[in-house]
Amino acid sequence: MTERAPRERRDPLARKKARHTPPSARSRAMHAMSARAAMGRFVLQVCTKCGTATYPPRDACPACWGELVWQDCKSGGQLLANTIIHATTDLYFRDHLPWRMGTVALDAGPVALVHLHRDLAPEDRVEVRLMLDRGGNAALFALPPDRGFDMTDPQLREFIVPVQGKTVLVTDAHSAIGLAVVKALHDTGAGLIVAGMLPPARLADADHPVLRLLGVQVVPLDSSDQVSLSEALSKIGGPLDIVINTARHVRSGGVSGGTNIVEQRRAFEVAAIGLTRLAQSCGPMLAGRPHGAFVDVISSDALTGSAGHAGFAAAEAARLSLLQAFRHEMRETGVRVLSVFTGPVEDEHHQSVPPPKVAPARLATAIIEALQQGREQTCVGDVASDAMTRWLADPALYAREKNL
Amino acid sequence: MTVTANQALSAMLAGIAGGTIRAIDLTNILSSDFPVIVLPSEFGQCEPFRMETVSRYDANGPAWYWNNISMNEHTGTHFDAPAHWVTGRDVANGTVDAIPPEDFLHPAVVIDITREAAEDEDFIVTRGFLEAWEAANGPIPSRHWILLRSDWSKRVGTLSYLNLKDDGAHSPGPDADAMRFLVHERDCVGLGVETVGTDAGQASLFDEPLPAHSILHGNGRYGLQCLTGLDQLPVFGSVIIAMPLKIKGGSGSPLRVMALAPAGSD
Amino acid sequence: MSRRPASYDGVAVCAPVTVPYVRFSPEDAHWWAGRALRLLAQHAQITPADIDGFCFSSFSAGPDTAVGLTQHLGLSPRWLDHIPTGGASGVMALRRAARAVQCGDAEIVVCLAADTNHIDSFRRSLASFSRFSRDAVYPYGYGGPNATFALITDAYMRRFGITRADFGKLCVAQRANAGSNPLALQRKPLTLEAYLAARPIADPVHLFDCVMPCAGAEAFIVTTPEIAAQRGLAAATIMATIERHNALPGDPVQFRGGWAMDIDGFWDAAGIAPTDIDTLQVYDDYPVIVAMQLEDLGFCRKGEAAQFIRKTSFDIAGDLPLNTNGGQLSAGQAGAAGGFQNVTEGLRQIIGQPLGAQVPGAEISLVSGFGLVNYDRGVCTGAAALKALR
Repeated sequence: MTERAPRERRDPLARKKARHTPPSARSRAMHAMSARAAMGRFVLQVCTKCGTATYPPRDACPACWGELVWQDCKSGGQLLANTIIHATTDLYFRDHLPWRMGTVALDAGPVALVHLHRDLAPEDRVEVRLMLDRGGNAALFALPPDRGFDMTDPQLREFIVPVQGKTVLVTDAHSAIGLAVVKALHDTGAGLIVAGMLPPARLADADHPVLRLLGVQVVPLDSSDQVSLSEALSKIGGPLDIVINTARHVRSGGVSGGTNIVEQRRAFEVAAIGLTRLAQSCGPMLAGRPHGAFVDVISSDALTGSAGHAGFAAAEAARLSLLQAFRHEMRETGVRVLSVFTGPVEDEHHQSVPPPKVAPARLATAIIEALQQGREQTCVGDVASDAMTRWLADPALYAREKNL
Repeated sequence: MTVTANQALSAMLAGIAGGTIRAIDLTNILSSDFPVIVLPSEFGQCEPFRMETVSRYDANGPAWYWNNISMNEHTGTHFDAPAHWVTGRDVANGTVDAIPPEDFLHPAVVIDITREAAEDEDFIVTRGFLEAWEAANGPIPSRHWILLRSDWSKRVGTLSYLNLKDDGAHSPGPDADAMRFLVHERDCVGLGVETVGTDAGQASLFDEPLPAHSILHGNGRYGLQCLTGLDQLPVFGSVIIAMPLKIKGGSGSPLRVMALAPAGSD
Repeated sequence: MSRRPASYDGVAVCAPVTVPYVRFSPEDAHWWAGRALRLLAQHAQITPADIDGFCFSSFSAGPDTAVGLTQHLGLSPRWLDHIPTGGASGVMALRRAARAVQCGDAEIVVCLAADTNHIDSFRRSLASFSRFSRDAVYPYGYGGPNATFALITDAYMRRFGITRADFGKLCVAQRANAGSNPLALQRKPLTLEAYLAARPIADPVHLFDCVMPCAGAEAFIVTTPEIAAQRGLAAATIMATIERHNALPGDPVQFRGGWAMDIDGFWDAAGIAPTDIDTLQVYDDYPVIVAMQLEDLGFCRKGEAAQFIRKTSFDIAGDLPLNTNGGQLSAGQAGAAGGFQNVTEGLRQIIGQPLGAQVPGAEISLVSGFGLVNYDRGVCTGAAALKALR
């Protein structure tokens, strides 16, 4: 890709555009649906007794009053009715009128009101995705089947994070992960990629072919240093749309033995306090953007701790905890906070870890996908997926196994 | 006629006030982006300077401004005490809190290796080089700081200050014979350099690795690193004031280093 | 098969009152309820002590319910009910009060609906309307009821071939009827051309398909024929009623209401046929629901509303006088009072006390309610046939 999307130009005298988010009050059951939607699953409640699938979320089966559990379901359906809303009292939707919605008979059983892709007409077969709206709540979106995501549908763009033409900060761009992310962003058509270089740097580091790509701007950046962070951000001309936090400090070691407390502190400085610094510095910048997002690359060890990488895992756990709070803070601004969980990466830090390991390029692809599908939580590779599955199934058991 | 102590002190202050004695700051600014030495990754690393604002006339302190700072003892312009090196572990008064105050003031001799360092980033100061220098400039007096002027401080703010390459750092420094000559035959107070360490960038690969640290500290001598402004000092005749913080059991300390020198002497 | 309900012998409905609607009101719902009681006092010469039954309906009286209203308004009833069924609340209040009177649990039951309409209160009340709406409707464009009924209308038009012009005829007729009602908020004549040219709100729903939210109150009294006579109140009897909730949940999109389940028994109990109806007062939040009621109440068969509308005149002087006060589409939609105004208007026409023009010789009114879009459809339906007590 040689053509770069033009940078956005703005009228300095224009009043700041107020950003609103859709109505956010939800029932507890609906929040449970959102939690699964955040993982990219298409789920409905299904009765354990009679097998009836139900929607909207309920607290008892309407057919037999049996117990409802969340299950992955068929996502096809047929469009029964549609409308284009031209008037609303809601500030968010007023900014996005006209808005299309419809009634879909889901193949799984229930009838659902859905957001509607512009190419659909009644009677059409549809594929319904369970996505997150701008406020981070689950929402059903009907798309033409087998067409993938049409990024040009303005309504669909509200549910995803477009990368093309956007300004993206990669906090640690010279690690194996960082270089792969910069490359993937470039290939996807990001407008400006600000590549953070963690000091100390070699003279030749900035000459890496990936960092010499068109549209890549190298800046010194250490998220453990507020001054460095402020200076790096001051070097970004124009708005900042997306932050991809690839900074991490991977070191092996235990707690009572085999540990280096300086390294452990550094892991916390980078992963946890560094996240807070980034959140404080970048949060307000992202909040003003129409499709702001913060992506955090996080170890699946954050879920349980890890005996072999105790300090690193603890720092990643702290990072996960801060990320949850940051996500909550960003909800009302419409900024998406995405976690991309990974197991060991095929890089210099995991030389002694046996496969399977995640290739940096695969991790980078997953980050781009997570953005383009607006998915809050992604697990990349077998180790992270397995960790999440086991953690969701039995956290106490998994924590025990992981630290044996 | 002898000069009384009072007269000596008064004359010095009058000289400073009247401009016949110049006060020269030899310290780099302590900032978070000032490089620190990088050791091979199997070793623990030196923490750079960090500063977080506690309050600045704001909600956290409406009328006052202050910061929390943190760093390694060997961050920025700093002082190496004998206990910094294993060879100096048993030296008397080897930690910064125990250094006798008389050692905070010593005269200096400035050896200019600017031309050599510009031609060869890995320039090694040898005994032969020092003997040739003495032949040209006169003998190195005893109980002096030896200051190596390399103009390396002019690289501060660029990656070429640490000058890291795939095979490590590249910067000038002495070899073991040169150090033994300075310590045993010239009884130096210590070695002061503009680079991030008293030893050369590649000194860990020498037959006697890291000779400056090893020989200086093993013999109770000091190091001063990351100096600047050495180009303003005369070859002979300046006085160095270097007072490390009184850190209990400390191996070194960031500090303000200054020199007094006769005006018009550089 | 369900048991045939008992008759409503010994029950009289009387004293319909309407507190004139306003578009926005700074007052609370309690103020509107108080004004309705004051009108009743004037109309029927009753005092707080006379009322031994009270049935209340409101969306905007929160945090109070009927309980709070008793103390607020000085009532000490021995029978109390709170009806949350919105557009079906009038019929349902009538049914409950009638049985209370019939069984002797109360003698004079005031049925009252009152809602205020602050600026922005419509938006706020939407936000807390129902759990399903909050979870699964409003986040989809926040079109409110307009969007939900747009989907119902879209599917209905597609399925039965009914056109906007057919709906337009209903709206134009109701506006014409409103012309004689001095309390109607919208009385300017509406032409079919203007109806068709109106701006879209949520396709295929356009501006004149939508009601105007407002503040107002409606009330009537359910008592015995003897008490009504003693107080000199013109009254009506109840011929039959039906009520149904969450009917036919298997219909993917609502194309019929709960009436369809119960209508045969209704006509049977009333002992009359649709052709015997003199005035028809149906819930009219959107014309598609009016068309649905024409079918489900038995005026025509399912799918034939378009033909029926085309051949029928709905004016006050027409074949089937429809929503003779203008309905909510013209008189205004005063929250839960919107579910009462069909009862008060149907009653007025047969006791000879219309707000506007009188339907000549009206003796029997059919009143129909429809309420509460909990998710994708109206959940509550009801109907009652009233006959003048002469």
